[in-house]
Amino acid sequence: MKYKSQKVAYWFFALSMLLLTIQLTYGFIMGFAHMGLDGLHQVIAFNTARAVHTNALVMWLLSGFMGAAYYIIPEEAEHELVNVKLAYVQLISFALVGVIALVGYHFNYWEGRKFLEIPRPLDWLVVVNVLTFLGIIVMTLVRGKKRTTTSLVLTMGLVFAALLYLPGMIWFDNQTLDSFFRWWVVHLWVEGVWELIMGGILAFLLIKITGVDREVIEKWLYVIVGLTFISGILGTGHHYYYIGVGKVWLIVGGIFSALEPLAFLGMALFAIVMYRRGEKKHPNKLALNWTLGTAIVSFIGAGLLGLAHTLPQVNLYTHGTLVTAMHGHLAFWGAYAMIVLAVIAYAMPNLTGRKLFDTARGTYAFWLSNIGMLGMTAAFGVAGVAQVYMERKMGIEFGEVQKEIQVHFLVLVTCATMFTTGIILYLIEFVKFGLPTDEALENQYNNHAKANLATNQ
Amino acid sequence: MLSKSQAKWFFLGGTIVTFLAFIILSWWSLVQDVPKQTHPENLTPQVVAGKHLWESNNCMGCHTILGEGAYYAPELTKVIDRRGAPYVKAVLTSKSAWQPRGRKMVAYGFSDHDAEDIIAFLTWIGKTDLNGFPTKPSYKSTVNTN
Repeated sequence: MKYKSQKVAYWFFALSMLLLTIQLTYGFIMGFAHMGLDGLHQVIAFNTARAVHTNALVMWLLSGFMGAAYYIIPEEAEHELVNVKLAYVQLISFALVGVIALVGYHFNYWEGRKFLEIPRPLDWLVVVNVLTFLGIIVMTLVRGKKRTTTSLVLTMGLVFAALLYLPGMIWFDNQTLDSFFRWWVVHLWVEGVWELIMGGILAFLLIKITGVDREVIEKWLYVIVGLTFISGILGTGHHYYYIGVGKVWLIVGGIFSALEPLAFLGMALFAIVMYRRGEKKHPNKLALNWTLGTAIVSFIGAGLLGLAHTLPQVNLYTHGTLVTAMHGHLAFWGAYAMIVLAVIAYAMPNLTGRKLFDTARGTYAFWLSNIGMLGMTAAFGVAGVAQVYMERKMGIEFGEVQKEIQVHFLVLVTCATMFTTGIILYLIEFVKFGLPTDEALENQYNNHAKANLATNQ
Repeated sequence: MLSKSQAKWFFLGGTIVTFLAFIILSWWSLVQDVPKQTHPENLTPQVVAGKHLWESNNCMGCHTILGEGAYYAPELTKVIDRRGAPYVKAVLTSKSAWQPRGRKMVAYGFSDHDAEDIIAFLTWIGKTDLNGFPTKPSYKSTVNTN
């Protein structure tokens, strides 16, 4: 038996899928409210729906990252997780904090700080939880036989993500300072250390799926995460243009934000070149779709659409409009949602022993969700650009403009329905896999050993 | 051709240099810009109480301030200039959902005291120098109204 502790990853993935369904449900409530259909206003006001929508997103992605780490680290370090029971305790406590936070949002128990709505007392529970998780991962690496670049980059991303949560817990009387340090969490997560996590998971998947030499993949992983930090850290400046700090950020943020797509372009080229270079044809085509998909869609969503409105002279008009929602949706989907769905698609056959590698359902899930999300992005984009011209350029009152652009939310909800159909198919596939078994993991290991033996001969 | 070790140093070197530059620029901003542009000397206890109410009711879940938040309700940084304090007070103290053009706001029904705290917060933030944001509409005078 080898690495049976990897089974814990399944439960993090399952929690992830559950939180994803909550996120989508509340997304529809918001979409309908924008269309003027706000029948749930008394029970679930827009700010509640919004807090649940964004926080469920952060939670399901974090749960997915944690599951990915629990799956990847034992294999990379060649060592079982040091404490599986503690990992289950960590899972349950993570789920409990999530449930308390999401329920609390319905009863005015929150902090109105975009993306960081979890109240400070709960923040401390998050800190304890994440420290437990990191303790298990780091100790497994310390005791492991190997410390690969992939596992180190992934772990570094997770450790920095935990450290960067702390500035968001400080109270400031001054709203400008509050915003300044809130971006240390939000921006440096999504345009910094989360890209390390994404890069680490992507490298792991490419090594497994393409069979390209680890040394080559990991060399380029360094280059990509280097580009990410060089552009992303000073790129924080694009959030500082108009919040009450100096004009130096217009220059610094403008220049380094313009470089940010390079990291995502690097990620896309990295995945495509490695796939083309790979001689191994892994049978798990669905995992391959999601892996190449995340690299390409993140370049469009996070890279190009980010660039489209981070130049200061453009952002002066688009800041705080639906143009941001356009970029946000495709960026989160491409970079982070798809990488989690990719690692789940890769891990599930290995954990459960069911070889659902290339099913029609899985293929439809991939294409429907992606086409649906592209349609949603277009709807947000059209609504956002129309809003910018009417409200910011022509000076038409906010509410009048919202009436004018209501129709685009009909398109948005239609595309969201297509997207959700894809996700439902993915969830059905997830359930069809069944539960993880020791036997499946053992067989996977034996097959892997046989394949290695054949390659060496 | 680039070796793995060179790639590693590109990552570490690039990260350290940009991180240091970011810390220095941040420190400069906090020391030089924030006092000039936000006037922290005007952060009275009433303004701070208003910020607490702003956060504890998640106003940012519908509105934006400093251009940040949700896009369901109007940007409020300059709302006191735009609408005047009496209008804002009427909205905040309303016992039924304020619904201009059909879009409903939560009926908070704030007390006069709490409403004045929030207005103090919005008045303070309205005087922050935001490098030109929000912009003045540029096409208004050229729209054909005939």
